[in-house]
Amino acid sequence: MTNPASSGTGGAVRFGALLLAMPLLLWLFLLVILPHVDLLLVSLRERISYGKYEFSLINYTEFFVEPLYWNTYIRTAVMSIMATALTLLIGFPVSYYIAKVMRGKGKNVLFLLCLIPFWVSELVRTFGWMILLRESGVISNFLQWAGIADGPVEMLYNDATIMVGLVYTSMLFMVVPLVSVLDSLDDSLIEAGYDLGGNAFTVTRDIVIPHAMPGIASGCIVVFMLTLGNYLTPNLLGGKDSLWFTEQIYTQFITRFNWESGSAFGFLLLVLSSMIVWIGLKLSRQTLSETVS
Amino acid sequence: MIPSIPQPRFYKGLYAGYIALFFIYLSAPLIVVGVFAFNDSLFPSMPWEGGTLKWFFGSDGPYIGIFNDGKLLESVGVSAFVAFWVTLLSVTVGTCNAFLFERAQFPGKNLLYVVALSPLVIPGVILGISILVFSNAIANGIEEAIGWDIDFLRPGLFLVIIGQFAFITTITTLVISARLRKFDISLEEAALNLGATRQAALWTVTIPFLKPALIGAGIVAFLMSFENFNTTLMLVGSDAPLTIAMFDRLKQGSTPVLNALSLLLMVVSGGLALLSVFVQRDRNST
Repeated sequence: MTNPASSGTGGAVRFGALLLAMPLLLWLFLLVILPHVDLLLVSLRERISYGKYEFSLINYTEFFVEPLYWNTYIRTAVMSIMATALTLLIGFPVSYYIAKVMRGKGKNVLFLLCLIPFWVSELVRTFGWMILLRESGVISNFLQWAGIADGPVEMLYNDATIMVGLVYTSMLFMVVPLVSVLDSLDDSLIEAGYDLGGNAFTVTRDIVIPHAMPGIASGCIVVFMLTLGNYLTPNLLGGKDSLWFTEQIYTQFITRFNWESGSAFGFLLLVLSSMIVWIGLKLSRQTLSETVS
Repeated sequence: MIPSIPQPRFYKGLYAGYIALFFIYLSAPLIVVGVFAFNDSLFPSMPWEGGTLKWFFGSDGPYIGIFNDGKLLESVGVSAFVAFWVTLLSVTVGTCNAFLFERAQFPGKNLLYVVALSPLVIPGVILGISILVFSNAIANGIEEAIGWDIDFLRPGLFLVIIGQFAFITTITTLVISARLRKFDISLEEAALNLGATRQAALWTVTIPFLKPALIGAGIVAFLMSFENFNTTLMLVGSDAPLTIAMFDRLKQGSTPVLNALSLLLMVVSGGLALLSVFVQRDRNST
């Protein structure tokens, strides 16, 4: 026999927990799980006639048969990996400077300065790059004024420009985890490395980088995923030839109204993104929960 | 490497120079956007034609300033409307989730937690199309079954709000959970020992403790919603939020009215960002 009073409050607590769980369950099932299951189902069907569908793999075979599609897919993946690597290369020394070289107030100020640009909409930032890089833009004019170029230089609409924009947009998501992980590295470890005869290169390779690995992993994962799913930057800076996979998805859905094929593309992008995230987590021996917290 | 280890001055200077270059790279696009808001020319590009405030207040000819550009102002209103609802919903649900994950024990908790984090690793475009496909399936199902056309399940502001809510809730959940984890549960127990009801203890002890995180999460949610593009792009109907309206203008080529608008956005979101940093920092130190 249980104590009636305690079982009463136990029931109330359980009921309360259930009530608390309702928003979570509704959110996850209605907005995350079921839509993605439905996306998979739609990608696996073929439209026979108005309102009639049949199971088919045609949307996926079409993807592999049409070179434009999988070329764009591979290109997006490769450029995203390059952008991630570049962001890491550029961001690491900056994070190290903020975490280890700067002291006191200057450190906080520099860190905040790093963050502020990213509170501004990506659209505004990309607009800024367009003004800088276009034919009648600031840099083109500067080059002419300095006598380096004879006429207007068009720097928009090529892959290097897309890369500049992607690295710029991703920087925050690399710098924040790197600064926090480098902050936790004890200075005495670096000093010990030097005392034992190390130099800047060996200390960085054997002490700093192994210590920073969790931050490097979470930064790279987030940057890669955001780059892969980016639409604005390749579209505005790359122009018609940007060939980014999200644009293919948009075209299938909105321009051609071919939702079946668009869903297949979306699912393929999701698989690619999840796979790379999973590999990144495995390689760095982390879990998703650790990475985000 | 670190200040306590002597380095040749040349390397120190080189390093500082690199950092300076990095900050020029970070600030250059934002500075030019701001500066060209004051250029007396029809295009946001060189040459510099002298300063003007036309792109803020102008009302005649091609020189229509932002305060007289009805369409852009309307889209600001649409964005604010969307952001308001997304903030309200995502902070409320995020708070429930935080209590659930931090306080309750139930089977399948870890699995649910991973699923709750998953919107962070789903690209925004895909989240958008999956919600589009699913809501369309529901709307079609209802129409076939009972013949009603449920308008709000078709692309439009309702779906935009739902789509942004789907991933912003993950972020509010994380922010509020982090604060709740620091809460000393004995404070709540003390309140209960002193005769407070569960509700009174929650409202007078726990919620005030969470307040900085709630405000911080609210600001982040508002800004993320206001600036969201990818998910919104796939779900938008005839009422365009600001990012979509600006994107269309950018593609067509626009007057510097966009610079003026961007400058205002920078000032407001920069201010909100600083506010959120200070709200969360001051309380943390106590």
